[in-house]
Amino acid sequence: MRTSTTDFENRGRILILIIVGVMLAFIVRLAFLQLFSEEYDKYADSNAQFKKIIYPERGVIYDRKGKLMVYNQAFYDIMVTPREMQGLDTLEFCSTLKIDRAYFEKRMRDIRNRRFNPGYSSYTPQLFMSQLSVEAYGPLQEKLYRFPGFSITNRSLRRYSRPIAAHALGYVAEVDRKDIENDAYYTQGDYSGRSGIEKMYEKILRGEKGVEVMLRDVHGRVKGSYNEGRRDIDPVPGKDLSLSLDMDLQEYGEKLMENKRGAIVAIEPKTGEILAYISAPSYDPSLLVGSFRMQHYMDLESSPHKIFLNRPIQSFYPPGSTFKPAQGLVLLQENVITPSTQFACQGGYFFAGQKLGCHNHRSPLNLPEAVSASCNAYFAAAYRELIDHPQYSSVQVAYEHWRKLICSMGFGSRLGVDLPYEQSGWIPNTDYYNGIYGQRGWKGATIISNAIGQGEILATPLQMANYCAMICNKGWYITPHIVREVHGQGVDSSLIKKQVSGIDPVHFEAIIEGMRGAVTSPMGTSKGVAIPGIEVCGKTGTAENPGVDHSIFMCFAPKDDPQICMLVFIENGGFGATWAVPMASLMLEKYLKGSVAPERKWMENRLLNANLMNVEPKE
Amino acid sequence: MNQKNNPISLWKAVDIQSLFIYLLLITVGWLTIYSASYNYDSADIYSFSSSSGKQLIWIAVSLVVGLSLLIIDARLYYYMSYHSYIFLLFLLVLTILIAPEIKGSRSWLVFGPLSIQPAEFAKFTTALALSRFLADYGFNTKSPKRIVSLFALMLIPMGLIFLQKETGTALVFLAFLLVFYREGMSGVLLFIGVCFLSYFVLGLRFGEQTLWEHTSLGNFSVLLLIALVISGLFYRYHTKDNKTWLIILLGNLLPVFAALVWNRFTKWGFDIAVLQLVLLSLSVVYALFQTLRRNSRIPAMIALFTVLSASFLYGIDYTFDRLLQPHQQTRILVLLGTMDDPSGVGYNVNQAKISIGSGGFLGKGYLNGTQTKLKYVPEQDTDFIFCTIGEEFGFAGSALLLIVYTYLLVRLIFMANRQRFVFARIYGYCVVSLFFVHLLVNVGMVIGVMPVIGIPLPFLSYGGSSLLGFTILLFIFLRLDADNKRRH
Repeated sequence: MRTSTTDFENRGRILILIIVGVMLAFIVRLAFLQLFSEEYDKYADSNAQFKKIIYPERGVIYDRKGKLMVYNQAFYDIMVTPREMQGLDTLEFCSTLKIDRAYFEKRMRDIRNRRFNPGYSSYTPQLFMSQLSVEAYGPLQEKLYRFPGFSITNRSLRRYSRPIAAHALGYVAEVDRKDIENDAYYTQGDYSGRSGIEKMYEKILRGEKGVEVMLRDVHGRVKGSYNEGRRDIDPVPGKDLSLSLDMDLQEYGEKLMENKRGAIVAIEPKTGEILAYISAPSYDPSLLVGSFRMQHYMDLESSPHKIFLNRPIQSFYPPGSTFKPAQGLVLLQENVITPSTQFACQGGYFFAGQKLGCHNHRSPLNLPEAVSASCNAYFAAAYRELIDHPQYSSVQVAYEHWRKLICSMGFGSRLGVDLPYEQSGWIPNTDYYNGIYGQRGWKGATIISNAIGQGEILATPLQMANYCAMICNKGWYITPHIVREVHGQGVDSSLIKKQVSGIDPVHFEAIIEGMRGAVTSPMGTSKGVAIPGIEVCGKTGTAENPGVDHSIFMCFAPKDDPQICMLVFIENGGFGATWAVPMASLMLEKYLKGSVAPERKWMENRLLNANLMNVEPKE
Repeated sequence: MNQKNNPISLWKAVDIQSLFIYLLLITVGWLTIYSASYNYDSADIYSFSSSSGKQLIWIAVSLVVGLSLLIIDARLYYYMSYHSYIFLLFLLVLTILIAPEIKGSRSWLVFGPLSIQPAEFAKFTTALALSRFLADYGFNTKSPKRIVSLFALMLIPMGLIFLQKETGTALVFLAFLLVFYREGMSGVLLFIGVCFLSYFVLGLRFGEQTLWEHTSLGNFSVLLLIALVISGLFYRYHTKDNKTWLIILLGNLLPVFAALVWNRFTKWGFDIAVLQLVLLSLSVVYALFQTLRRNSRIPAMIALFTVLSASFLYGIDYTFDRLLQPHQQTRILVLLGTMDDPSGVGYNVNQAKISIGSGGFLGKGYLNGTQTKLKYVPEQDTDFIFCTIGEEFGFAGSALLLIVYTYLLVRLIFMANRQRFVFARIYGYCVVSLFFVHLLVNVGMVIGVMPVIGIPLPFLSYGGSSLLGFTILLFIFLRLDADNKRRH
């Protein structure tokens, strides 16, 4: 064996230099990675942190008397993580859930089939069974620890104490891509209000989501909480709402409106609170909750009766004779007539070789009588006088005076009710008539049908109900609204404003006298509304329609201290008096007296049995 | 060899420093494996089915084997070296024939619950055989037969391991080239090899990036490296004119520096690589002029090296772009880290860098690393174990670990140099070279400066065969060194 020599000894030193050099380079590289770049921290965090969203309880909804209308019910989804299922006692699991083995096997096959379940991963929880009720959940929860791989997530769904007020309440559904883009609050799988109160008060009802920061591994399995929960955020529950709706009145109205198309809006005049909000035909709001939501939605959507049309605010019609009190008010305000001014009626109004028909009544009539008898000739003559009156420099000026006063009563623009998608109705402006007839081509006679609420004038049922409230209040109204109070926050005063019309309060006496006369005088058109012991005022109307006319009736009671005013609108209901008047009468009685007197049950039965659904639907 | 034993006790003769570092490293290794395989769900330390539990058994086995090796007569290692080498070759062949395929390689011999990887043990048997061969004959360039035999000793096990599809372990055998260099192999060969490998890696690694839009960063850096290397060569070998190297160095660097400033601050930029090529051509002309003037072959050789280097750079560009298939290009680029491949090789390196980078100065604390705990880093208790240290102990811990390793290597070189017997010295260098290459490749891979080649980090990575193999490698040298001391 050779002993060592000093050959190439310096090469040992070169090796040391290389080793130390490489190690120094590595340490510099480490310094660069660990001390001078910050991006890696963030990557590691986003890798490992899993933010588990904790959903807040959605606010519940009460009616005006504090009765619960909408609440939440917890439902339980059973989730399975296939990778962790080893050692499951399938038999016991099936008997606990009361399912049979074949169903279990089928569910597991479907879960694993990526064609049905594209997001499948054996490491993450997959939906095994959805919306288990509390009753079924109880026994499972006790034994859950014995079923490896199974877990439970709960979520709450909307529940309704009575199947009413669907159009006012609206519904809740999963957000779509547009919602997520518009509001950063939402993420895939969140729910939000789609229509009605649920949509309008979404931000108040939904509360604020909380976050629980968890650690997860590379397969997405959760491995415990991060930093002992110090970065968790507690959810803020949604606020509760009290509505102005009276559940009993609402329910009664919906029952009366069964098998009819139309709308009923009842308002408390002093406050603008909506007492009943009925759009018929209606549906059970709980149909649009839960796993069959989409199917129910499609069924309702496909109905020829336009069930999802929110009739009180989205449909609009010529107000017909219910418009006459408004005409009377403008005529008085513009000093064209006084309450005692009389116009003759010979079965109609004749102008330029045409005739605007009227029904048979004595003649001549003064203003209250004309309102009571709903005399077309009276209002046509007076309206023509107004538009062509020499006190205005032109037809246009006269018309604009009239239009301004009509609009001040809440016509022609959105009222600002706290429901989404309200329509504005329409009161034409001078440009519209100038466009049709030319600057000098029109005068009072041209637009004479406005006088009796026909022609181009369009109003929503809500606008008509609100106009009735304005008459009750002798010249003002409060923005009609359906939410009375947000719990812990009071009333949203930005929505609710007192609006004063351009009509002097003194002019209302004659009109109210006329509306009272419609109920009491022999030539009145609304005699059927009379309720023993209550002074009811009313005005019928008929909206002309290519098919059977729409039946309209507006009323309020009691006359001297109105508690409720109401508009009833029945599509294809014929003359107002036929259906709309008794309907209003029963509603008023129900609200003011609490129940309908036995001797009037025949009336109730007649209405309940009436089916107007197949009377020539609107085109 | 002396026949009479020195009375110094064996225990006093064993190098305490290396032994201490060994024990320190396996302790840190075990704690890190425990941390890397730590499970949030069931933190069961002592279960022997977990990685850390199994490793505990292997540590015990390694300590027993290590102590036994210290007791064996040192001469036996010399005399048994070829026997053990041939036995291991037999095992390697057997492995190829009967091993089941595990993770794409056929390198495991399975005996019931026990699996061993013969390739890990081939490292020390080859080291022993090479040491004996070099001790007996030296690195004799005069005898081609001896040189061929020497390289055959190294290449045969390497080839067999290649056949087992353990490419990383096979490449590690190139570490013995460092030993050959130490024992007399021309350094120029080694140097040229390293140079060309650097050109290849730099050229492709930064080929796609540009320096202010006109210059390819890859070409720029390779050409700059060539200029530095030839300046160094002139300094080292062309001693007849001691100013040439400075002229070459400044002549190449100053215009390039000016061009960099020009490109950075004006809008009339140009491809600096063209300027570098012109300057290198001038350098070649100047070198040839020196050859004639000083009557020396050396400048001409350096000129030839320059031309070959530049041709090699543009040759790989051409080969890569024109001759390789797109999928082959992708594999090479991913390996070099140029191309992102988040699901494949690139994913591992990326997650490894995130782990280490997120450690900061002091780390997240023991058992608190999220990246490694949550299994974002693959192979985190074996090849990527350095990540766990980087994440949990930060810059302080990982740099300290590298310093400890460096100290061990330098200590082993010091010990090798003090050996009176050539066999012991060469074997010492074999140990140092093997450890060094493992460190270079493993840590380099984890911190993203080396291609991904899966080999373990000595004493730290999980794995019984590698721990036992490294222990035997080290303890034989400790025994040889102790013997050296006792026979003073």
